[in-house]
Amino acid sequence: MIWQLDLAILTLVIVTAVATIAVKDLLGCAILFGAYSFLMCLLWAIMAAVDVAFTEASVGAGVSTVFFVAAVFRTTRRTRD
Amino acid sequence: MKTAGIIIVLLAGALLLYATRDFPPWGALDSPASTHVSPRYLQKAMEETAVPNVVTAVLADYRGFDTMFETTVIFCAGIGCFILLRVFRQRPGDRYYRHIATEITLHIKGGRIPKKSSEFERIDALWTPYDLIIKTVCRILVPFIQLFALYVIAHGHHSPGGGFQGGVILGASVILLAISHNMRTAIDRFSEKTNNLLMAIGVFIYTGIGTVCILLGAGFLDYRSLSAVLFVDKIMARSHGIFGVEIGVGITVMAVMISIYNNLASAGKQDEGL
Amino acid sequence: MSELIPLIVAKYNYWLYIILMMIGLYAMIAKNNLVKKLVGMNIFQTSIILFYVSIGCKKGGTIPIIHHGIHAGRHVVDPAHYVNPLPHVLMLTAIVVSVSTLGVALALAVKIYNRYKTLEEDEILARLRAK
Repeated sequence: MIWQLDLAILTLVIVTAVATIAVKDLLGCAILFGAYSFLMCLLWAIMAAVDVAFTEASVGAGVSTVFFVAAVFRTTRRTRD
Repeated sequence: MKTAGIIIVLLAGALLLYATRDFPPWGALDSPASTHVSPRYLQKAMEETAVPNVVTAVLADYRGFDTMFETTVIFCAGIGCFILLRVFRQRPGDRYYRHIATEITLHIKGGRIPKKSSEFERIDALWTPYDLIIKTVCRILVPFIQLFALYVIAHGHHSPGGGFQGGVILGASVILLAISHNMRTAIDRFSEKTNNLLMAIGVFIYTGIGTVCILLGAGFLDYRSLSAVLFVDKIMARSHGIFGVEIGVGITVMAVMISIYNNLASAGKQDEGL
Repeated sequence: MSELIPLIVAKYNYWLYIILMMIGLYAMIAKNNLVKKLVGMNIFQTSIILFYVSIGCKKGGTIPIIHHGIHAGRHVVDPAHYVNPLPHVLMLTAIVVSVSTLGVALALAVKIYNRYKTLEEDEILARLRAK
């Protein structure tokens, strides 16, 4: 593994994590969470954990984002924090 | 609340940062996690089970009991979501129909449901015209996604993949159909009853293979005994046993993903969705 | 200075995971919205999964699929060439379980919204006290 690439992706992961909990719109929060999961999947692919990366790509970036969007659709987008 | 949260978080973070002093360096070959049982798995998995992907071999064979209960947890989560959200008593609410040729929308309050006709199309309350391109592309794409999911389940022995990933991709293909068309189309193709049955059938396949092993005179989930019924040697029997178990996991995961999505997106009515 | 850089390269991964965990824990404690709390819970979960996967890493190790095929021959497997598969197995199931528990949590959030018409924690508590 290449530690420069690893460090760059880890920094991006932390930036998306902060953005996910800071954004004041739940739909945006769901989409940013999908981006976070996908970056996490890249990180695992770098660490040679291919099975975990595959699972995260299908579960985290795919289905759990859809679940969040469905829940936001049935509730509300607005939030105060 | 905010200041208390910050104090707790900083305290926990500081303690953990202090604890990293004792960790082995990142990627060390002699770290405690890599010295005891994992070299044995890496050395013996191929000759004992004939499965090159060590992750699959450990998941379904050496630690099959663990995976069985993980599958049961997923099944229980699906059942829990169903019980929490599903409403059975349907009020005869407002229904909207659209005449396709003239684009006139009919609003029917209560009463009986008109029979399916090719001229009228039932639409949701929050209806926006579906995009033809998205609809067509998704309809063409769904069979290929399902084929890929079956490949992921079947080829999990030799490449990354297996029951969990393949099951999620199969579920995602039906969810894609529900999003790109509407929820009723997806439920017409793949009814709720079938789905809930499949949820249980997957766990049943997994535990059933374990029980068959007991009936053949070996321990629970000891696939070597399956060589008597599959007419292969003991090593290939383990490989086939892993395959059967992965199929069970895939069926359960697929059905649970579809069930959770349908209940969540329609708030339990399974009528109008995202 | 010369001994500080190997230390940072050896340990920076763990430090960044701890920062990620702190972000998730802060969101779980201090955020007021239920969906935000669930996002925080998931960030916390992934940071712990990341830590588990990273302790299985080996320098110079490749993916844990044994080299096989017609030309591979029968050779002794050297564990140092492959990364540790055990954390992968445990975390693979943890990810799928986490998404199904996320489904249950979102179902509870939808139920709470249907009853109290809000997702903010303080408003729900105020309505509970008013009853």
